[in-house]
Amino acid sequence: MDLHIIWFVLVGVLFTGYAMLDGFDLGVGTLHLFIKGDHGRRIFLNSIGPVWDGNEVWLVTGGGALFAAFPDVYATVFSGFYIPFMLLLVALIFRAVAIEFRSKEPWGWWRTMWDIAFAAGSVLSALLIGVAMGNVVMGVPVRPDKEFGGTFLGMLNPYSIFLGLTTVALFAMHGGIYLAMKTEGEVQATVRGWVPKLIGIFIACYVCFNMLTLIYCPHVLETVRARPWIMPVVLVGVLIVMNIPREIHKGREFNAFLSSCAGMGLMMAAFGLTYFPNMLYSNPDPANSLNIYNAASTEKTLGIMLVIAIIGVPLVLAYTACIYWVFRGKTQLTTHSY
Amino acid sequence: MDVEILSRVQFAFTAAFHYLYPPLSIGLGVSLVVMEGMWLRTGNPLFHNMARFWTRVFALTFAIGVATGIVMEFEFGTNWATYSRFVGDIFGSALAAEGIFAFFLESGFLAVLLFGWNKVGPKLHFFSTCMVCFGAHFSAVWIVVANSWMQTPAGYHLETRAAGQPVVLPEGHAVTGADLGTVRAVVDNFWEMVFNPSSMERLAHVVFGAWMAGAFLVVSISAFYLLRGRHLPFAKASMKVGVAFAIVATMLQMISGDIAARTVVEEQPIKLAAMEGVFETTPGTPMTLFGWVDVKNRTVLGPQMPGLLSVLAWGDASKPVQGLLDLPEDAFLARWHPDAKEADYAALREAYWPPVQATFQFYHIMIIVGTALLGVALLAGLKWFRGTLFRTDTFLRRAFLWVLVLSVLGPQIANQSGWFTAEIGRQPWIVYELLKTSQALSRVVTANQVLLSMILFLLVYALLFAAFIFLLTRKIQHGPEPQDESEEMPESWKRIIRNRAARA
Repeated sequence: MDLHIIWFVLVGVLFTGYAMLDGFDLGVGTLHLFIKGDHGRRIFLNSIGPVWDGNEVWLVTGGGALFAAFPDVYATVFSGFYIPFMLLLVALIFRAVAIEFRSKEPWGWWRTMWDIAFAAGSVLSALLIGVAMGNVVMGVPVRPDKEFGGTFLGMLNPYSIFLGLTTVALFAMHGGIYLAMKTEGEVQATVRGWVPKLIGIFIACYVCFNMLTLIYCPHVLETVRARPWIMPVVLVGVLIVMNIPREIHKGREFNAFLSSCAGMGLMMAAFGLTYFPNMLYSNPDPANSLNIYNAASTEKTLGIMLVIAIIGVPLVLAYTACIYWVFRGKTQLTTHSY
Repeated sequence: MDVEILSRVQFAFTAAFHYLYPPLSIGLGVSLVVMEGMWLRTGNPLFHNMARFWTRVFALTFAIGVATGIVMEFEFGTNWATYSRFVGDIFGSALAAEGIFAFFLESGFLAVLLFGWNKVGPKLHFFSTCMVCFGAHFSAVWIVVANSWMQTPAGYHLETRAAGQPVVLPEGHAVTGADLGTVRAVVDNFWEMVFNPSSMERLAHVVFGAWMAGAFLVVSISAFYLLRGRHLPFAKASMKVGVAFAIVATMLQMISGDIAARTVVEEQPIKLAAMEGVFETTPGTPMTLFGWVDVKNRTVLGPQMPGLLSVLAWGDASKPVQGLLDLPEDAFLARWHPDAKEADYAALREAYWPPVQATFQFYHIMIIVGTALLGVALLAGLKWFRGTLFRTDTFLRRAFLWVLVLSVLGPQIANQSGWFTAEIGRQPWIVYELLKTSQALSRVVTANQVLLSMILFLLVYALLFAAFIFLLTRKIQHGPEPQDESEEMPESWKRIIRNRAARA
């Protein structure tokens, strides 16, 4: 098996894990200001309390894996997307400390301030992640020396901004479903009222996004024509997303959440299958694209990293599962809570 | 201002700010293990209160540590893209290993540590505390390994590409501007990379420094309670844990510092000469205790101990320590300046020196503060032994407790100046004698972009720091919450207290 392909998959898995896990807590942040009252907001925060920083580690590890396996992609993307990434960092910092600081003091203004920081940080993070993804899908100008040849304003194209909004809608839906699963009583009744709307908004965005892809990304269309077996993956993804309202309607929030996760996984899989073997598509000059061969570390390093992953990933999955198990069930407020 | 200065200042600022927090996490992590272990062993509710109080302080530092740590990982790519391309094959794997082995462990079990008091039994909770502590140390391992490789690269070769095929470059290849973006360092031997000549010494030095940060934080807050006459049983018990830990950590730090310095003598003689302000190579090299470097006149003003540096470096008072005027050596200059004549070498040397004044001063601040902390810790130990540590009846005793309150700043100052010594002392190199800092920048990032991000970080971090200090102060004023056999404690926890009562 080709190590380059394995690492393409592994990096993809890490970022998909990040989207599934941090996706719901960014979504909870997005919905945070819509719940009224201190009790509801504390329930929201504490529903993600024990797990949010573990979720963020998926981004750190994904970034580390990208750095190690495909240094040229890491260098080109991170230096090219300088301003959006700096804003993303600030947004992530704000929401992280807002979670930690918010409930430490009882004053209204203090809590409102951090509530806003938490919500704004979450929305901005989701938006920027989506915009960055949009540029990756559409392709950015890459120079023959592998450096980014575009501009910041060039990144703010309608397609990418729309994918940003779609990402916000996706995470909000995902977070809403998570909240419906983790809450009870009045808060749950409110959240359950939101979920169908959130699903509706996301599906509308998703349909428009796919149409925009046909317009803005002819290269994607070409690839799908050449690889028709991608279509079933997309189709199964759509079916699974369609399954979410059904599960919610039957009161099976956990199944709805799993469907949401699986839907995200299949969307990322479809993206990976279309994008392969590119890591950063060069538009307008596809010959300059960074791919899993011309941007990779040596096979030796990829092999060493594979050993690290084979030892590390099962451990990580095992205790991540344990921690979700320990904190299963409805969120309760205690003296230890945020 | 140019991109290089701005990027360096931004990286230094964000790294220094970040580094206020991980040492506290590492040091407090050990304290938490001790306190909770004592609670499980003795069943004394006092230790339970201690563990819970310090866990909350830990949570505060950990959250900021995580948030500011992501910045560091991003900056390698955003600001130092050329560096990332050059070292990705080596540096990246250490970073990824840190994520997989350390951060997941730490953040996962932290959830149980913080929110699991009522959810899991005491043994599993204690296990989680140990894992968090372990994870915090593991993160230090990988990042120090990566940084040490930048100080003393090993287990690699340089390669370039010609017609799509990798070409191995000879050892000692001098990287020029034309090489950037194509030449990269490639791993030969993973373990040689991990155990490069300075990594283990520096790891010990970093970890003991972190222990000191945690220990003196506990000492400081306990001393404050003693002075205020509040939470006395809690303060005394915490103080004992803190002082014992501080003594152990400080003593170990002295030993590890000595070993780390000897490695610098061997591996980075230019850095050592700058740290000590040595210009002339003379037998029986003296050591300057403190002073001012007069770079222009190639001399240092300040009290000197004759021959001491030679003794510390070589264990031999007559063997000279190489001075800056003879460094770097001719062989190195011949490699990097093949066209230069030997007569010109003297003029070329200064370009390979780090900023001597800054290296010298930061190093001496570290030494002076570290030594003072050893004195404070030993004196506190002596007073504990004589039974006067907890008394506030005389002016001198109160004054000493105030010294202990302020002692929390000591390890922070020493840790920061230690890192400044290490990083400034490596200049002009980003990877020692391989790649220059000025060659490592992102080529597409402009000065205005970096200026913008720097202003952003300054504002955000100022706000963050203010909020952190404010909350920490409030937490300290609020103090631990007494909880013996309250309603909230699960049955399995209450049993520990009852078992102890039965034993007594």
